[in-house]
Amino acid sequence: MTTLEPAADAAQDNLAALESEAIHIFREVAGEFDRPVILFSGGKDSTLLLHLAIKAFWPAPVPFPLLHVDTGHNFDEVIDFRDRVVEQHGLRLVVAKVQDWIDDGRLEERADGMRNPLQTTPLLDTIAENKFDAVFGGGRRDEERARAKERIFSLRNAFGQWEPRRQRPELWNLYNGRHRPGEQVRVFPLSNWTEADVWNYIAREKVEMPSIYYAHRREVYQRDGMWLAEGPWGGPRPDEVVRELTVRYRTVGDGSCTGAIESTAATVDEVIAEVSASRLTERGATRADDRMSEAAMEDRKREGYF
Amino acid sequence: MSSLLRLATAGSVDDGKSTLVGRLLYDTKSVLADQLDAVTRASVDKGLSTPDLSLLVDGLRSEREQGITIDVAYRYFATPKRSFVLADTPGHVQYTRNTVTGASTAQLAVLLVDARKGVIEQTRRHAAVLALLGVPNLVLAVNKIDLVGYDEATFTVIAEEFAEHAASLGYERGSVLAVPVSALVGDNVAEKSDKTPWYSGPTLLEHLETVPVAPDPHDSAFRFPVQYVIRPRTADHPDYRGYAGQIAAGTVRPGDEIVVLPQGIRSRVEAIDTADGPLAEAGAGTSVTLLLADDVDISRGDLIAAADRQPTVTDEITATLCWLSAKALKPGARVLVKHGTRTVQALVGELHARFDEQTLSSVDDPATLELNDIGRVTLRLAEEIGVDDYGVSPRTGAFLVIDPKDGDTLAAGLVGERFA
Repeated sequence: MTTLEPAADAAQDNLAALESEAIHIFREVAGEFDRPVILFSGGKDSTLLLHLAIKAFWPAPVPFPLLHVDTGHNFDEVIDFRDRVVEQHGLRLVVAKVQDWIDDGRLEERADGMRNPLQTTPLLDTIAENKFDAVFGGGRRDEERARAKERIFSLRNAFGQWEPRRQRPELWNLYNGRHRPGEQVRVFPLSNWTEADVWNYIAREKVEMPSIYYAHRREVYQRDGMWLAEGPWGGPRPDEVVRELTVRYRTVGDGSCTGAIESTAATVDEVIAEVSASRLTERGATRADDRMSEAAMEDRKREGYF
Repeated sequence: MSSLLRLATAGSVDDGKSTLVGRLLYDTKSVLADQLDAVTRASVDKGLSTPDLSLLVDGLRSEREQGITIDVAYRYFATPKRSFVLADTPGHVQYTRNTVTGASTAQLAVLLVDARKGVIEQTRRHAAVLALLGVPNLVLAVNKIDLVGYDEATFTVIAEEFAEHAASLGYERGSVLAVPVSALVGDNVAEKSDKTPWYSGPTLLEHLETVPVAPDPHDSAFRFPVQYVIRPRTADHPDYRGYAGQIAAGTVRPGDEIVVLPQGIRSRVEAIDTADGPLAEAGAGTSVTLLLADDVDISRGDLIAAADRQPTVTDEITATLCWLSAKALKPGARVLVKHGTRTVQALVGELHARFDEQTLSSVDDPATLELNDIGRVTLRLAEEIGVDDYGVSPRTGAFLVIDPKDGDTLAAGLVGERFA
């Protein structure tokens, strides 16, 4: 029998406290909402989210389906990982393909080829179609200044929009999930986690992650100061030189705007060491979509993005 | 493994809260190069010659436009000794509700005053709110000490005046620390200042790293609001029935006698389960699943408590409300009360008193409670709930008042006669 030493209670262990908080949030949503869904891209935050959901309801299965808004600009390793995880845990996966929206004219491809900003419409349409009333996301407040203002239970209007001035105060651990028909609540169980917490917890729990988070050889070319990989998003252009480098990814998103970093960190421990020594934020170095303006994230959240 | 300290800032507008938070992030190397670049760029755009550290924390468009903090933001920083979650709350009088929000989960609050102005009404008000919410530790950051020539006498007068006020609110001397700081220059924030040789105490950061975190006294009675019933009905677990929740207070061990409220059914804890295996003991803040010895009918909203130290089961509560909504409270209103995992209908009864923020005294029988008012009220509930006095057990003495029409959170509620 595994036992917990009396001294090792939640207050004395940062990761245990964060885990207990996330599990509490999952169970609150399961208790109060009719149709929750977990946003799952196969990236590290959503994989961690799923790991915590499994722990929250053990030994029963996770009582929510997963939703992936697929930009079509994927890394093969991540899609393989996504499908394997879904299979392994017997989960139900709903996929909303941005390509379908482009094909039938509801969306138009952007001139710069980026599809991350195009995810909002398929996300909102799929939420409405499935009548999802609570949508879990892996967003963390340490990622970005606008996210730092986000509540754990974030009420969105019928258009999925975030209105920062009208947020409900969030008191103690009493989450208010009441909403009117058509409104939805975005829920962020990892709100209080930092990138370092995420990796330390991955190490502690031995959570499997997609291989591209670890150092590997890859052909990449440079654009706007980022190392991009070849893919359906267009590139390399004739003037862009392809080189084979040892790289890894710090975030995994749409391939058109997610850059690799040069790294030899091939294990979880090496990644932890690299992240703690880095002088750049996770998104600052490798996410073009956050660079579009001073308030790019806030503006997208107001439209209905995460 | 480092421990976690949850803290909140408070203080009036323009006394440098955002700059202090920016300074803490900067000095603990929690600001990375690209964030600092962005702030430097924005500062240059505004015509400033040095980076404005407050831009690190004021993240919304309208905040940057107005140069003020509008909404609570949560910040994260860590040292080798401890991790910190900081609720950065706005200082404007009209945003007192955000101080309540930040303070509800804080184990420590840093109150800022401007050394040139000393303790002002807003300081007293914020301290009163922090005391009401039971924040166990206070730090008074006497900021802009450089602007009073690092004068010891100025600091001592402010520190003494505040210590006296804190004592009148129930704080013992040991739980209040005053530190002379300059957030702008960095004196006594992370680095000890050589300009205040007369100050022998710790820097702000040293204190934050070492202050004991005791969220739950060991003698608290066991409280467990049932969140969710786990019934897998799978081949591996055909008969499993577990009650999932987060321990609100006290500790639990297998064999403990418990009572399920409000029904009053007694049973015994058979096991404390988690996905990582059963536990021999679990304490406050831990999310677990309880298995009971008897097959009883328990659902979400019930409260499992120590059989020998039970909460009060009642359908009428007297409580302090911090009114957070622009819609005023009037007696006779129908509201919802969310307590633990149970939401019940309620009727607002008598309004006994309102705390007057200007005079810091109590006004009897007010007609209404308005935004940011604090008042003592009786609520009549449609169903019984098990409650504790907030002062004894904050997690089972706290509740939300919710508008049944649009779901808005109207008030933070604290059970008992407690009144600042």
